[in-house]
Amino acid sequence: MKTFHIGGVHPEENKLSAGSPIREAKLPRQAVFSMFQHIGAPANPVVKRGDQVKVGTLLGEAGGFVSAPIYSSVSGKVSKVDVALDASGLRRMAVTVDVEGDEWEEGIDRTDTLVRLADRPELDGKTIVEKIKQAGIVGMGGATFPTHVKLCPPPGKKAECVIVNAVECEPYLTADHRLMLEKPEEILVGLQLVMKAVGVEKGYIGIENNKPDAIALMAEKANQYPGIEVVPLKVKYPQGGEKQLIDAVIGRQVPAPPALPIDTGAIVQNVGTCFAIYEAVMKNKPLIERIITVTGKSLSLPSNLKARLGTPFQQLIDECGGLPEDTGKVIGGGPMMGKALMSLDVPMTKGSSGLLVMKKDEARRSEPQPCIRCAKCVGACPMGLEPYLLAKVSEQFDWDAAEQNDITSCIECGSCQFTCPSHRTLLDHIRLGKSTVMGIIRSRSAK
Amino acid sequence: MENKLIVSLSPHVHGSDSVEKNMYGVCIALLPALIASFCFFGLGAVTVMLTSVLACVFFEWAITKFILKRDKLTILDGSAILTGLLLGFNLPSNLPIWIIILGALFAIGVGKMTFGGLGQNIFNPALAGRVFLLISFPVQMTSWTDNVLDHVDGYSGATPLALMQKAILEKDPSVLNNLPSSLDMFLGQTEGSMGEVSALLLLLGCAFMLWKKIITWHIPVSIILTVFVFAGLLHLLDPVYAAPLQVIFSGGLILGACYMATDYVTSPMSHKGQLIYGVAIGLLTVVIRNWGAYPEGMSFAIIIMNAFTPLINTYCKPKRFGEVVRKEAAK
Repeated sequence: MKTFHIGGVHPEENKLSAGSPIREAKLPRQAVFSMFQHIGAPANPVVKRGDQVKVGTLLGEAGGFVSAPIYSSVSGKVSKVDVALDASGLRRMAVTVDVEGDEWEEGIDRTDTLVRLADRPELDGKTIVEKIKQAGIVGMGGATFPTHVKLCPPPGKKAECVIVNAVECEPYLTADHRLMLEKPEEILVGLQLVMKAVGVEKGYIGIENNKPDAIALMAEKANQYPGIEVVPLKVKYPQGGEKQLIDAVIGRQVPAPPALPIDTGAIVQNVGTCFAIYEAVMKNKPLIERIITVTGKSLSLPSNLKARLGTPFQQLIDECGGLPEDTGKVIGGGPMMGKALMSLDVPMTKGSSGLLVMKKDEARRSEPQPCIRCAKCVGACPMGLEPYLLAKVSEQFDWDAAEQNDITSCIECGSCQFTCPSHRTLLDHIRLGKSTVMGIIRSRSAK
Repeated sequence: MENKLIVSLSPHVHGSDSVEKNMYGVCIALLPALIASFCFFGLGAVTVMLTSVLACVFFEWAITKFILKRDKLTILDGSAILTGLLLGFNLPSNLPIWIIILGALFAIGVGKMTFGGLGQNIFNPALAGRVFLLISFPVQMTSWTDNVLDHVDGYSGATPLALMQKAILEKDPSVLNNLPSSLDMFLGQTEGSMGEVSALLLLLGCAFMLWKKIITWHIPVSIILTVFVFAGLLHLLDPVYAAPLQVIFSGGLILGACYMATDYVTSPMSHKGQLIYGVAIGLLTVVIRNWGAYPEGMSFAIIIMNAFTPLINTYCKPKRFGEVVRKEAAK
């Protein structure tokens, strides 16, 4: 069975919510829409206090090419256009809507009827990309890179295939898994749309073999979709990393930066993104809701929720049994790459794939011991780097050494720190080094 | 805020590996050979081993507390115990206790703590202790008692290694006829230091470490293969050189290849570097054994390559992701 070729670790899977069907979360009383839900330029608010909005009303327009518009996921009255705390812990521009009823904009198809590509022969690549751009779709695995940008390869680069990232290698998360079980054909049509948009004939769906039911179902449905192949993958973290997935599925490795994944001819899209693309193009529905896994060993009801964007995390946790007494940490995303939240009074965004509650004893870090140079971090690094060295030179502020040792190739997957017997905070230091070195490189090229 | 949340950077989970697990793992791997050495050498072995381990732990505790004045004591992390065990395995079972204590002081004091303790040392502490003793007390360090199971009567005190060197010096291959068979050496019926006798049990422990992912195969396999090939070539060219299997199963080669050369702190970080390190140790060992002043070359070979480890780390980088593509594109 295929997998990527360098490093990797095996965290405990803990897919507690894999068996629980997606259920719809309640409407929030108040929804907060951050203008910073994607990588790139923030969106600019186009509504003002007192405006009436419906589900699907534009709240913020894209702030540039690498940006995405933001739509309201609720109907009601705009109560605030001001800075608000978001999941990153920063106070940033956001639009707050007080919810009244549930009225939708005209033209959004809310039925469950499957619309196939054959039903819409008039669609061409350009229209599809334009629709995706208008709908505000971004990478929903967590990276939140605007999708339309990925579908417009830079001049001279040609896409050869599309790979759907259905790996979900983060422990605990099951949102993509459930989506595949419940909306397989929608995902396949979404993939067809992407293939048509970039003009390729070949599509792969990479699924780790800890989801045999999803592999079987997707493979069965994919039979009716020419050019689409389901690729079962051996379980190994971080297989859901874009570069690792391309390596695993088509055996090509993306060279070091500034090279891009498109240099291998592959365009990678997350399962959730494919579903959102389907809804945007076929159902005329902008990105206003997503599946989020709310989970944790101490949570009484680990679930997969279909929730409106802007819903406060506190409410989602309440719907899954409430926050347990001994909670030490709540993580937005999975345990390997997710961000610890400062407060639960922040809204979910386009990139919120999970919400993980950790008990106090799970949440504490152990005291770091001296590095014993066991080289386990070197063996675990999926990018073939030397984490012990990068962490050391970053601690010493030796940015030249950090750059020479390819610190910018780090994908911050956390495998090194996960595996370190001395419990060293390798990635903390490497992040500092990486961002500093990237800053140095930028200022050098600006001169 | 009534319920404060902990905020830290990812990853938020840990694989539960620890320094202790690795150190005690190696100790467990050494257990069969330890018990065998007690059987072979009797009470003397128990005394040597106990003295060595207790002295190492004591010196680590004393130096941390009174000289470095650190609050956090490190004697329970298992590294001092392991150093003591490995040092003990490298000593003859009839060595006077005061010499063992001196060796432990050098191993822990000079070999490890002068550099700052665990993780900082350049040379393997146990080997530093052994080499110090070997140079300072050559007579005591090379007069072995009879292995109680030994079948080679009349050769007590002359180890297979000494015989091999004698054969080369006297250019007389018939000396090698006095060697025990390689099967006997493999099972442990021979002369030598405590940990040099049973290759079988040491290899068993090594398999355990590989299974537990405490070490990777690169260093032990590259050392043993190199010795096999190099010694085999010499044996083919001139029969005064012993047969390769006898070379591998004699002296401290297996102990060195599996337990001493694989020491985390003093061996290279990348697999490529580990292979270079292993091959170099193998070559140096055969060279020193055959043409050097001492019959055993393993300790010296490892110590010499320990010194090269930082250099190897500088030049041997792991294969980066995408490197292959980059090289192809450059062509």
